[in-house]
Amino acid sequence: MALLSYEAKYRVRGGTLVGGELFDFWVGPFYVGFFGVTAAASALLGTLLIFYGAATGPTWQPFAITINPPPISRGLSFAPLQDGGLWQWITFFSIIAFVSWALRQVEIARKLGMGLHVPIGFSAAIFAYVSLVVIRPFLLGAWGYGFPYGIMSHLDWVSNTGYQYLHFHYNPAHMLAVTFFFTTTFLLAMHSGEILASAHPPAGGRVKSAEHESVYFRDTIAYSIGELGIHRLGFFLAINAGVWSAICILISGTVWTRGWPYWWDWYLHIPIWSAAGFN
Amino acid sequence: MARYHTLFTSFELQGPDELGIPLPRGSSPRRLRPFRSSWLGRIGENQVGPTYLGALGLASIVCGFIAIEIIGLNMWASVDWNVVRFIKMLPFLALEPPSAKQGLSLFPPLEDGGWWLMAGFFLTASILLWWVRMYRRARALGMGTHVCWAFASAIWLYLVLGFIRPILMGSWSEAVPFGVIEHLNWTATFSVRYGNIFYNPFHMLSIVFLYGSTMLFTMHGGTILALTKFGGERETHEITDPGTAMERGSLFWRWTMGFNANFDSVHRWLFTFATLTTLTGGIGILMTGTVVDNWYLWGVKHGIAPQYARIQPIPDSLPPGIMPRLPQLDVRQPELAR
Repeated sequence: MALLSYEAKYRVRGGTLVGGELFDFWVGPFYVGFFGVTAAASALLGTLLIFYGAATGPTWQPFAITINPPPISRGLSFAPLQDGGLWQWITFFSIIAFVSWALRQVEIARKLGMGLHVPIGFSAAIFAYVSLVVIRPFLLGAWGYGFPYGIMSHLDWVSNTGYQYLHFHYNPAHMLAVTFFFTTTFLLAMHSGEILASAHPPAGGRVKSAEHESVYFRDTIAYSIGELGIHRLGFFLAINAGVWSAICILISGTVWTRGWPYWWDWYLHIPIWSAAGFN
Repeated sequence: MARYHTLFTSFELQGPDELGIPLPRGSSPRRLRPFRSSWLGRIGENQVGPTYLGALGLASIVCGFIAIEIIGLNMWASVDWNVVRFIKMLPFLALEPPSAKQGLSLFPPLEDGGWWLMAGFFLTASILLWWVRMYRRARALGMGTHVCWAFASAIWLYLVLGFIRPILMGSWSEAVPFGVIEHLNWTATFSVRYGNIFYNPFHMLSIVFLYGSTMLFTMHGGTILALTKFGGERETHEITDPGTAMERGSLFWRWTMGFNANFDSVHRWLFTFATLTTLTGGIGILMTGTVVDNWYLWGVKHGIAPQYARIQPIPDSLPPGIMPRLPQLDVRQPELAR
């Protein structure tokens, strides 16, 4: 694949975390590196195992294929392949792949003299995934608490797990996570719309820059956070969406085992209410 | 030694206030004398104001104020005007839409949804006026109106929930109540009532775009922050006069995943994902109860949901209004429907 016009001068050696210059090369547009090898190998193995599970399972209907974790009764033990063992291996390889991908991003960022913000952001998503399939199952004492790998089956899992706690919307960390997701998307619409509006003015107009962008938001909502600030805020909100999602499921079944609506009892029993004469 | 200047500002600029570029003839003057907040300055610009009010802005704020007053006073009245109880119960209080027997009546009794209808009217007026304001402010500055169209996508979802779908269903009672916990209860009940909204393909799409937007903002925000030492945050500058920030940002993603956007096109990706979140969400809500009564049975019929073993016999006659189209589906089919 052809290089971009400016690409050659950036393709320099170095910046690797491990392996020295062993895998320090590119394949087409892809950088390889030690973690490219581990990411590709583990992603391939995990994907093949999913296909193996589908091939030995009851259906090839894409929506119905599912790789289930072991039954709860197996606890934290190694399970036979066809009784959750596949799920365990796929989980293992997926975590290797995700972490390799993040470390590969670190190597690429180092090569380009960039900060490590992207792999740090990605780590929040990996943390959410590991929370669901490793940390929480470990805390609850059975791999069976992980979610199944399937298009519809993982939706069923989310639905069923939510209703086990009666009404998941009452989970305060879930409230925060949803708020972060919505706020992130809201700000993303404002930011991307603003940049497009600035770079693509009405026919015949001049392309605008930061001054117009700031004035637009000051004119409409009294404050413009600025071109650097919006990326800080969006990065912060997006990471929090992932982190609070992880927290909201980690505390379900571990620190709180009843329906989430009951959790709010503390609020109704703050002494301040009775002190004011109301229960 | 780690340095965090990409995450917060260590040296804040204290210069003359930026009063904004001149507005076209016929505009009213900008209001609100600028002031500075060093806390805001830690993460973004430290100057607040000046802002443009204008007739549209004023009308929108007045309508929004009236709507919030109606909602708040109704909530307060519902606890018999008791101040402490109002504060305590505020998260759980609600202004409910009319009961089903009122249908689409425009003037139901005040205590049976009349106040809700009035609050909804003023809130909608406020939002629509604000939309026109966003549009006109963009035009006054000679800019594109992209922000307004993203806003319109959110308004679409709002109107579907509180206006379009209730009209198609023939009753305001189908709409969402105003209230913190009550709107969450409404959401959960809505999902259960229509057979689990997770099986609604447009809900699936909306979630994909919501999560996708969040993922993209991490990717984009992270890339820009990682490029600040090359001036990467000056995005329109990098679009019109690409420099090393654009080259490094592009190569980062090209080397990572074999594909890259550029400083212009990445914002099209972001814009598309963010606007499609509410656009597809609105379509999903609009179809619920109007053309599909039970999303789980819909999923069974179209082969995306498994048919679970029946643990209870389905009664011969269902209560009126519950899944009226059920007999059309062959729910006894034991295997996955094709």
